[in-house]
Amino acid sequence: MLNQTLSRRDFLKTGGSLVVTFSLSGLAPGVSAQSATVAKTVASDAVDGFVAIGADGSVSIYSGKVDLGTGVRTAVTQIAADELDVPFARVKVIQGDTMLTPDQGPTYGSLSIQIGGMQIRQACATARAALVAEAAKRLNSAPGDVATQDGMCVAKGQRIAYNELIGNKEFQLKVDPKASLKDPAKYQVVGQSVPRLDIPAKVTGEFQYMQDFRLPGMLHGRVIRPAGVRSELISYDDSLAQKIPGYVQIIRKDNYLAVVATSEWAAIRASRAVKAKWSKWEGLPDRKNLWEYVRKTKINKDEDLQKVGNSADALKNGAKKVGATYDFAIHTHGSIGPSCAVAEWKDGKVTCWSASQATHLLRKQMAQMLQMKEQDIRCLYIDGSGCYGRNGHEDAAADAVLIAKEVGKPVRVQWMRADEHGWDPKGPPTLIDYRGALDAKGNIAAWESEVYIPDRPPQIQVTLIAADLAGLPKEPAHPGNIHQALAIPYTVPNIKATAHWLAETPLKPSWIRTPGRMQNTFGNECFMDEMALAAGVDPVEFRLRHLNDKRGIECLERAAKLADWTPRKSRPEYSGDIAYGRGVSYIKYELVRTYVAVVANVEVNRKTGKIRVTKFHVAHDCGQIINPDGLKNQIEGNVVQTVSRTLIEELKFDRSMVTSLDWKSYPILTFPDVPEVAMDLIDRPNEKPWGAGEPTAAVVPSAISNAVFDALGIRLRSVPFTPDKVLAALKTV
Amino acid sequence: MATQMTLNVNGKAQTVTVDDPQMPLLYALRNDLGLHGPRFGCGLGQCGACTVNIDGKAMRSCQFPLAKAAGTKIVTLEGLGSSADPHPLQKAFIAEQAVQCGYCINGMIMQAKALLDTNRHPSDEQIKQALAHNLCRCGTHVRIVRAVKRAAAEMA
Repeated sequence: MLNQTLSRRDFLKTGGSLVVTFSLSGLAPGVSAQSATVAKTVASDAVDGFVAIGADGSVSIYSGKVDLGTGVRTAVTQIAADELDVPFARVKVIQGDTMLTPDQGPTYGSLSIQIGGMQIRQACATARAALVAEAAKRLNSAPGDVATQDGMCVAKGQRIAYNELIGNKEFQLKVDPKASLKDPAKYQVVGQSVPRLDIPAKVTGEFQYMQDFRLPGMLHGRVIRPAGVRSELISYDDSLAQKIPGYVQIIRKDNYLAVVATSEWAAIRASRAVKAKWSKWEGLPDRKNLWEYVRKTKINKDEDLQKVGNSADALKNGAKKVGATYDFAIHTHGSIGPSCAVAEWKDGKVTCWSASQATHLLRKQMAQMLQMKEQDIRCLYIDGSGCYGRNGHEDAAADAVLIAKEVGKPVRVQWMRADEHGWDPKGPPTLIDYRGALDAKGNIAAWESEVYIPDRPPQIQVTLIAADLAGLPKEPAHPGNIHQALAIPYTVPNIKATAHWLAETPLKPSWIRTPGRMQNTFGNECFMDEMALAAGVDPVEFRLRHLNDKRGIECLERAAKLADWTPRKSRPEYSGDIAYGRGVSYIKYELVRTYVAVVANVEVNRKTGKIRVTKFHVAHDCGQIINPDGLKNQIEGNVVQTVSRTLIEELKFDRSMVTSLDWKSYPILTFPDVPEVAMDLIDRPNEKPWGAGEPTAAVVPSAISNAVFDALGIRLRSVPFTPDKVLAALKTV
Repeated sequence: MATQMTLNVNGKAQTVTVDDPQMPLLYALRNDLGLHGPRFGCGLGQCGACTVNIDGKAMRSCQFPLAKAAGTKIVTLEGLGSSADPHPLQKAFIAEQAVQCGYCINGMIMQAKALLDTNRHPSDEQIKQALAHNLCRCGTHVRIVRAVKRAAAEMA
């Protein structure tokens, strides 16, 4: 039943302005935790948690998942418009506001559409069914005779608009998991390449990023970072800073040191003028022996991630045996815009604007840090620079909250480049050992893998730096589910995939795009090629022999077709400086969702050791495609970013600190080295939509390594594939 | 001592109060004039997110001291066009959907503008070389090159 009370009106006055605020016009959200009068439900099992229909027929969709630059805002708008049968332009999506949006979990793991979008689709389907039932009553029809279109219910030639039925009122319904969804054949915007809503504002300077957000009377903070990861602050002197016009004060809490000024430039100058003395700390391992260090790190526990048959016996009895070790360097997220946040305290309550991928989780962590109640903290999302996982956004938020509390005024903290490179949490180093055996027919008889990765605390969250340095309550850092995808998507009679969960890792870990899945798939799919070589079978053919999955087979075959794959033997040897090669790779993401198969083309210069990836061919099956062009954009991004990570990226550090503190010391791929990307999108409108934000990235490093082997007969088992590694490998053949 | 300074930005004379003439132009544009086109990315002249056009040349505003900006003509992303009336480059970036997070896009467009001002028919390679020092982390490069080509064709 629809509830006919008007209790929403007050809220919608506020909420209505918020919709405008967070739309693309980019006006400052002036609503803070204190000014909202009526609480909107944020329950993730309530229709009203996700959907509100205004008196004017506008539709507000409340999404806990946020658009990190991936097009999720547009895709969710498409999903909601179709499921509700309202015009696309009438739907506005509000994202990541702990006071308004349900907690749908952090925006990670390629789950925004698969989980977040489908919760919203189900809420919309429930809402539509309720509207139909109400219209049926008013129109004296059976619900089965009521159709919906353009925000109206239609029966017997009569029509009644949604807003006449529910405008500004609550549904007061639980989301019905059985509410029937529309027939995909009737979708009008789902499946279409609807242009992204945010792009016109982003290319004209009209868009408001987090970094653009300002509050009246706001001060600017900058944090002065320790000289070593765990250095202690011995003393500081801000006498020179005091001479800078606009300088307000310095804040010290334990090892946390920050300056505050009335202007941004004054804050930057002051942060440089303060003389801080830090204790010497050299607790990081010697980077030259990183892999030895990882291998010798204390193991907290072992876990079998996949166990089939008896791999130990099968290894012993195998006709042909293969073994190899793979490693993958520490990577940083490398957001182009360093993290930024603004916080304001009022009457003991705090409001914090940031580009956090996880506003609900951030609020929980802030409550812990500040020993406050969660309901006294409001965290709001504003689009920032792409984060590709848990970068520094949450830490900047904690900085802003802490400093604002001290100075009693709103504070903006903009991280500098060295803050982001030096202090955002890192994708941890990953080491994997493989052993395999072939049977007499050349099929895989045994497969064993062991990955060395940092242990997971029970909760998925990353220590807030401010809490850590200031000696406030904090949580241990979780590296993300980096054990995923060590299990292989092939039919093999004896498999054992083991995780060695390590007691420590050099730098604070977190998830970075395709966490663990990229590293593990790098090892798996290269080792698959090593097994194929031992068997004397073409790598595509070898994979197909071990695949017993219709969609997987189709995906791999379509990638091979797209690339016009031919076995190595049928191609010429190259005698000049440049050798050409092609490599294949395949994944069924986490064994349960998105299929991706790729073929990489590379050119390797024998003299310089430089690898150029010239083209990627991608076949991609994520089920129902919401927005084909948006999907292509994501796949291209996955390929290009991961070519960068594979060929050149490696975070450097000395015994005290990260030394890759800018783009010179941590270069990323630039235009001249960007590959062409060809795609074959396999659309399955009647299947569930699965994630596409990261699966493609998983197969990129292995495809490149396999292509380099194809070109030169050298097996690159250590990411990044720098020229010196290529040249060293060439000396061995 | 704070002084007043006049900047010519997007065809208009604008007055800013200056505490430090060595302050990079970027901060005056963003904080004093409220422009959102030029973006802070590295403060080191390495990424290009802060690019503006000064007297027709693409410059890194994070490395350009305010003292040198007097008497110059500064054009920012806002000065090219608006979503209601976009410049051909902006139109082309929309048509090609050449944005992911979009944080770097200001620099891409401003650098491409300087390229097209001197080379009306750039090849793919010339576009890539012109943008070689502008960083994008999302991996939107393929589309950005297409967008610049599209704009060149439209402007030719």
